[in-house]
Amino acid sequence: MDALLEMKRITKVYPNGVVANESVDFSVARGEIHALVGENGAGKTTLMKVLFGLERADEGEVFYKGEKVDITSPSVAISHGIGMVHQHFMLVPSLTVAENVVLGLEPRRGIFLDVKAAVRRTEELAEEYNLPVNAAARVEDIPVGMRQKVEILKALLRGAELLVLDEPTAVLTPQETVELFAALRNLRERGHTIIFISHKLREVKEISDRVTVMRNGRVVGVVRTAEATEADISRMMVGREVVFRVEKPPATPGRPVMRVEDLRLVADSGKEVLKGVSFTVRTGEILGVAGVEGNGQAELVEILTGLRQPSGGRVLVDGEDVTGADPGTIRRRGVSHIPEDRMTYGAAAQATIRENLIADRCWSKRFNPRVLMSLKAVAEHGEALVREYDIRTRSSATPVKMLSGGNIQKVVVARELSADPKVIVANQPNRGIDVGATEFIHRKLIEKRSSGVGILLVSADLNEVMTLSDRLLVLYGGEVVALFPDASEVTEEELGLYMLGVKRMTPEEMAGAEAAAAGGRAGPSDAEARSPAVGGGAR
Amino acid sequence: MNGTTRTTDYLFQVYRTLIAVLLALALGFVITCFVSEMPLEAFGNFLLGPLTSVRRFGNVIEAAIPLVFTGLAVSIVFQASQFNIGAEGQFFMGAVAAVIVGIVLPLPGVIHVLVCLAAAMAAGALCGWIPGVLKARLGASELVSSLMLNYVYFRLGVYVINYHFRDKEAGALVSWPIRETSWLDQFLQPTRIHWGILVVAAAVVFVYLFLYRTRWGYALRMTGLNINFARYAGIGTASVIVYSQVLGGAIAGLGGAVEMLGIHRRFIWMMMPGYGWDGIIVAILARNNPLGVVLGALFLAYMRTGADIMARMTDVSAEMVTVIQGVMILLVTAQAFLAGWRHRIVVREATRRKEVPQSEGAA
Repeated sequence: MDALLEMKRITKVYPNGVVANESVDFSVARGEIHALVGENGAGKTTLMKVLFGLERADEGEVFYKGEKVDITSPSVAISHGIGMVHQHFMLVPSLTVAENVVLGLEPRRGIFLDVKAAVRRTEELAEEYNLPVNAAARVEDIPVGMRQKVEILKALLRGAELLVLDEPTAVLTPQETVELFAALRNLRERGHTIIFISHKLREVKEISDRVTVMRNGRVVGVVRTAEATEADISRMMVGREVVFRVEKPPATPGRPVMRVEDLRLVADSGKEVLKGVSFTVRTGEILGVAGVEGNGQAELVEILTGLRQPSGGRVLVDGEDVTGADPGTIRRRGVSHIPEDRMTYGAAAQATIRENLIADRCWSKRFNPRVLMSLKAVAEHGEALVREYDIRTRSSATPVKMLSGGNIQKVVVARELSADPKVIVANQPNRGIDVGATEFIHRKLIEKRSSGVGILLVSADLNEVMTLSDRLLVLYGGEVVALFPDASEVTEEELGLYMLGVKRMTPEEMAGAEAAAAGGRAGPSDAEARSPAVGGGAR
Repeated sequence: MNGTTRTTDYLFQVYRTLIAVLLALALGFVITCFVSEMPLEAFGNFLLGPLTSVRRFGNVIEAAIPLVFTGLAVSIVFQASQFNIGAEGQFFMGAVAAVIVGIVLPLPGVIHVLVCLAAAMAAGALCGWIPGVLKARLGASELVSSLMLNYVYFRLGVYVINYHFRDKEAGALVSWPIRETSWLDQFLQPTRIHWGILVVAAAVVFVYLFLYRTRWGYALRMTGLNINFARYAGIGTASVIVYSQVLGGAIAGLGGAVEMLGIHRRFIWMMMPGYGWDGIIVAILARNNPLGVVLGALFLAYMRTGADIMARMTDVSAEMVTVIQGVMILLVTAQAFLAGWRHRIVVREATRRKEVPQSEGAA
């Protein structure tokens, strides 16, 4: 086979001592769709960053079209014909699609941008590759699926023959994924080569010609997709047999423990981010919030946990109004928070594990018997949680930044679940962590639920939200567009239609779902508590 | 696996600081060779001068005391990831307050000293509270406000001394002398080392325990390491910002008082003495560690004393030391300085570690 790209013995060590790639050999044939799979933290993204000039390898060589190349920056990569679509899009939201596509290569009329030429160029390209976009629309106004096409067009306009897509389906609905795959096959027919990074094996099986599997910074195997089963690939990825099942006893929901009423948020830009969201979380249940990212989930969670002020509406925890209270107050009312971004909110990277584990309880008598803190109590508390939550480290005195993503997440989860909460607000609790840690965290969440804690689970990962949730709601454009009383009866396709905004339930349908969930004994008191709030609400 | 990397990191920082110091000294020597008729003698005086007599070594200790105070003051605020360029004014106002109490109040021995120190801490705390509260409530940059307030405090202090406490019989612009009851006695002839050394020791211990052994110090450090995390965890970050500045101000003010009661015994500064700025240098050298502040202050004081001796004994002026100081700070703070060397160490350690099979990889 004719190799377009060969990477040989690539080694990359990050400044914190993490060996992300260790003597990795990676080869891609001309005109194939090559999947690069592995768990989070296996080194896929690092390898691609080396290829695209975003990271410098400490050892190793790159051959492109048979010649040794030295890719020192993304612009060098682009000049060779290598394009990359990042997991987090690199677009200017306030510019139009056409302006984004031609950015840096603008057609000019005098000193001005030739807008018409830019739009024409974009439309031609979109038609040629069957990637329909709305060239005149602003990027901030178009859906995520279209933004991804804009990214691909951007790379194609710059002459990309080899296209790297980093977890492209992570932000897409099932329907958008189908469209993307059609576009990728089309690109392959036109002679382009594609590297497809993913850890969703079903998709890998569907789209790719060959698969390279990475684990722990090394390549553990290269197979023809047609000759391997999903189970084969997953065994290579994880290094053992995996069971993707969590034991989940039936839910026994009790009284409402968190109630959200007509929550509204207008962003500084004037955009309505939340348009009157209402729902109830009961003790002993997991209420899932599905939706494509950017439909108000992040803001909703920030309001519920005190990090952001709503523009209207109420949040009640166990009957007490906590709307607009600070995070400390809300925590004292019994709300724990597993944040979306563990490095921004969940942890202080330079502090030790045990210091991170007392952040929400540093004022407790337990750690402050007198004026001075008891370092012994802090250490014992840390060691106990490290054991209970299986945090892989030598000691709780290790700085958090030395841990892997999954173990950092376990530190966050350990702190939040051990706070003895009434409600847990979990936002993407398994983003960017390995299968082992994911399983563990899922088990812990279900344990908590079964012991009577109410859980609000926000996740863009359909698989996660569908397997964990008891009830499920869909957020689209800042509104609740669907509420399912039994998450196990929903199909992915159906969910996808609501997530895309194609379908929506009427308020009556949703009220029916709510009543079904409330059941017999919780019903009457629930209705009673609710009626005055509706009457006096912000209507 | 984590322990090794952490130790490497720590050792690397120590080596890096030492190398920066050596390079700066070497550069100083090269410049000396250009400007001096007797470079070897000049540099010898600079490097070894402070060790040649008890009095000279006493000078090092005397000079280090105010630097420890301002170094601590700056470190506390830096640990909260806030800027503090206001230690200069806080130190100055602490001195003014102590001198006023020392002149005005007729109090018995030890009590008078304690009241002077308390007044200075209160004055310094107030000076620090202003930029703190401006930042916490209004989002005003404490960098700008603490810098600009220095000039306000300086003029205010000079006005109060000149118009209300000036000794018209003295030959210079100075205040009345403070009462002897408020003196911190100099107990080690022939040096001027005074009992303020106990105050400084207490301050170091206090700041260390505060930062690493109290809940408030914990909240302050977490706010400094990641303010989003601190807020998320329920720590009142606005109050942390205020109390870090207040505490820093109090320590700086205390330093001003100790300098007055122990050395000058009357107010003599008609220019900013510069201890606040030096405190920033000390805090940087010490990487905001209270124990490191002691070493940093001694080191800076040693260089200053050596430079003075050099200027008196040879044809090289004392300003030479500011060049050395500048290069040193530049190298210590430059992230990239020796970063390549560090990276090679990390790569070597990490790949060697990988060869030893370990269970942790499975996590």
